[in-house]
Amino acid sequence: MSQANGRRVAVTGLGFVTPIGNDVETVWSNLVEGVSGVGPITHFDASSYSTRIAAEVKGFEPERYMDRKTARHLGRYCQFALGASQQALAQAGLVPGDMDPDDVGVIVSSGIGGMEEIEKSHTALMERGVRRISPFTVPMMIADMAAGIVAMHTKAGGPNYAIVSACASSGHGIGEAAEIIKRGDAKAMLAGGAEATITPLTMGAFCQIKAVSERNDEPERACRPFDTGRDGFVMGEGAVMFVLEDMEFARERGAQVLAELIGYGASADMHHFTAPHPEGAGAIRAMRKALKKAAVEPAQVDYVNAHGTSTKLGDIAETKAIKQVFGDHAHQLAVSSTKSVHAHLLGAAGAMEAAACVLAIERGLIPPTINLDDQDPECDLDYVPNRARQAKVDVAISNSFGFGGHNATLVLRRAELN
Amino acid sequence: MAELDFKELQELAAEILGVEPEQVQMNVSFQRDLAADSLDLVELIAAVEDKYDVELPEEQLEQMKNVGDLWQFLEAREAERTRA
Repeated sequence: MSQANGRRVAVTGLGFVTPIGNDVETVWSNLVEGVSGVGPITHFDASSYSTRIAAEVKGFEPERYMDRKTARHLGRYCQFALGASQQALAQAGLVPGDMDPDDVGVIVSSGIGGMEEIEKSHTALMERGVRRISPFTVPMMIADMAAGIVAMHTKAGGPNYAIVSACASSGHGIGEAAEIIKRGDAKAMLAGGAEATITPLTMGAFCQIKAVSERNDEPERACRPFDTGRDGFVMGEGAVMFVLEDMEFARERGAQVLAELIGYGASADMHHFTAPHPEGAGAIRAMRKALKKAAVEPAQVDYVNAHGTSTKLGDIAETKAIKQVFGDHAHQLAVSSTKSVHAHLLGAAGAMEAAACVLAIERGLIPPTINLDDQDPECDLDYVPNRARQAKVDVAISNSFGFGGHNATLVLRRAELN
Repeated sequence: MAELDFKELQELAAEILGVEPEQVQMNVSFQRDLAADSLDLVELIAAVEDKYDVELPEEQLEQMKNVGDLWQFLEAREAERTRA
């Protein structure tokens, strides 16, 4: 990706609305200290559910980012996206309104869209009839609206849409945004993901497929990737946004480059609705394509931010895939699943975890996999258990895999190694 | 006859249109002065119907030039109810 047509892609801004903080410093501190964002569900009465825990966004104040009327008319996931986008632009020092509108685009991925709003309107329909469905139901529920809203509020008029691939959505979104820059369709892209699905229907539906942890008595210890005691993922929510720029454009305007996005690979498992391919066949191809496009040898990779959801099958399949791709180097690599801390942000997960890679590269510290007390013998890599590790990270990859068998891998590199 | 309180309509419309209650005055237009679009008006209709137990077809609200017209409509309905 970095060498193919000369254009290179810089990361110059990050924005966060997450269960472990709503600004970069709080997020980073909780990531490296291993302070879990998981707790009892407060959004609705989950007392009859088999899973009663989740990682909710706390202390998010929509008024910091938008006026009262806008906030009323936006789905929760769109509010998150707008907040995270404004933070990312501020860090990058980029003002799309001062540029040609075609120069800045927006991709906000969401796995599901405005679920809470669909559920509320459906309740209104059932209880009070068709004339009590909110006229804002459609704009609040459709999964592309976050991209539209961010463009309206930031004056970014370039390519604009959502990419939907379940829990790989924002991995794909960031990768495709980089391709837009590389092919010259925009100088900068706001790209990332947003999700807000801690709702009665969604939680219930995930309970029914036995995908979510039932460790209700110990919420902070529920998400435990690669540990023998893992029993499913933990639902999170939030939005994480990147500012990506043409490297030359970023340098010319004097922007601080946080990292370079040098590779992106995408593939399909061709296997099952929800189960990963047992050998990680699709994941292997995504990682290999991404490394090839990055022109990076497997042995050059220092850190893998794993998809690592804390499900029985997924963690083993990903471990196998990493061993296939990296061979002997798999055991020298640091691999961690930061989901153990922030839980599973679904459509925003890929962006959250790619951001963890950027910060690890920038700050020389690898965030740990927490709750790793009794490592599964079938998961036999170095998962950076329980404590952050100081390490020079030059190249990091982020894996994201989604229901439907969608896989995306992003490769990030230290900025000064050009 | 029960008296309607204009302040309550001001608060209801302010909440839905995202303005301050004092901005909702008899002589102001929902669309022109309070920036209400067609979606806002549908929401306002539902809220008014629920609160005042009236039926307010969208075409009728669209014909109302200002808040005062809506207020007169509500007062007229209230008067009919009191007479009945």
